[in-house]
Amino acid sequence: MNPTAERRAGMPAITYNFAYLDEQTKRMIRRAILKAIAIPGYQVPFAGREMPMPYGWGTGGVQVTAAILGADDVLKVIDQGSDDTTNAVAIRTFFETTAGVATTTRTEEASVIQTRHRIPETPLKAGQVLVYQVPIPEPLRFLEPRETETRRLHGLADYGLIHVKLYEDIAHHGHIATTYAYPVRVNGRYVMDPSPIPKFDNPKMHMSPALQLFGAGREKRIYAVPPYTPVVPLDFEDHPFKVQTFSEPCALCGAEGVYLDEVILDDQGGRMFVCSDTDHCATRQSEGHTGRMSAPYAPKAAPSEGGQP
Amino acid sequence: MAQLSSALAPGFGDPVHAAQRTFSALMWAMAEPGRVVPLAADLTPPAPLTPELGAVALALLDYETPVFLGGRLGAQPEVTDFLRFHTGAPRVLDAAEARFAFFCAGEELPSFTAFAQGEPDNPDRSATLVVNVARFAEGPLSLFGPGIEGHRGFGAEPLPADFAARLEANAAGFPLGIDLILCAPGAVAGLPRTVRSRPNSGV
Repeated sequence: MNPTAERRAGMPAITYNFAYLDEQTKRMIRRAILKAIAIPGYQVPFAGREMPMPYGWGTGGVQVTAAILGADDVLKVIDQGSDDTTNAVAIRTFFETTAGVATTTRTEEASVIQTRHRIPETPLKAGQVLVYQVPIPEPLRFLEPRETETRRLHGLADYGLIHVKLYEDIAHHGHIATTYAYPVRVNGRYVMDPSPIPKFDNPKMHMSPALQLFGAGREKRIYAVPPYTPVVPLDFEDHPFKVQTFSEPCALCGAEGVYLDEVILDDQGGRMFVCSDTDHCATRQSEGHTGRMSAPYAPKAAPSEGGQP
Repeated sequence: MAQLSSALAPGFGDPVHAAQRTFSALMWAMAEPGRVVPLAADLTPPAPLTPELGAVALALLDYETPVFLGGRLGAQPEVTDFLRFHTGAPRVLDAAEARFAFFCAGEELPSFTAFAQGEPDNPDRSATLVVNVARFAEGPLSLFGPGIEGHRGFGAEPLPADFAARLEANAAGFPLGIDLILCAPGAVAGLPRTVRSRPNSGV
């Protein structure tokens, strides 16, 4: 027995209800989820609870996950595509502790995936639930600060404001410069903030076989996109929606057509681009794919100081 | 007291996980309209409340949800006592005030417009109707809309003769409207307001 466990043995054990939340809270959230699914893209207000983590760390996503999680579920948590950053590790451990559910880093093994700002590269399947952490659920908020007015605009399906915003992008920059949290129209009706995912991920939401749920803890809103639902980014006929492209493949697994993170290596301008989705990258590496900076270093590039670990 | 407690059937044996399993079935039923989702309800509520209706009630109702009991359900004091004891939900007699409405027989369904439809700014403030039917069938309706890849054949009986027309009128009012949960022995199916239908002509 390790010393920590010995010390704990003398203390009263802390026990939580399954998945932390009390049953009345779960019922309230579950009712909101059912209405959210019935009205795709519409933000359902809910009585968000204070969670044992600060706002901005996924309190909305955590509450949604806690309300839907069952004993047989397998949970995956990602933060910007990564399974091993602070936020992802903390939330995964939170549910291991309070719900005792199985967890995984493999996208295809998970039944519930909670995500901060990415959609996994591995295509999602029917029966999976993707839970997004959302900071500001209202796509019109920076254009109209009053909740009463944004509600009315949604009620009237009056989305002229947001088209003006995109038009101003074109007037200033020559193209639509919005690169993340790119507004989408769900099933031809509600305009929705897809959370700050890169617009690279927007096409994955369209007609996805998985159920997508969105939780905003500070703003206390839940919304949803059912499976096989049209999710179309707003754009103009002469400025159609386009996703980012990358000029080089992943430096570790050589993947192309995936979303890459830029990593600064030194103060000499050295940099590398690697998969943002760590599970996707690790899977490809285990299958033998290599990139420019794989270890052991593949055919030596130009001799330089790059390539330090 | 003794008389009351003897009339009360027990609730979920394992409240936390039974409620979660019931909700999970409802979530997928709503997310994939018309799909018949299995629901094992280990309850023996007082008739004419069925085990599935009882499970949905125990999973979703509490003091925040005014409930309307339609037709024969409302006439049965044991049902009212059972729901009041296990959920604490206030029973309302005016259908328009209810957030949930329960019916033990599909043919008893009154007009959907009798229930809260939501408001343009708050369409979630609408009623959910939970209705028992005898069986589901790969039936006369071809459903399409969010949650359905292409089309899905659906039918249930008994339901009012003008059910398809009511469903279409309900969908036409989107984002306002009611949402339907149909319960049959061992299964549930959802018909949210987004679902569209046309007669199934072998499409």
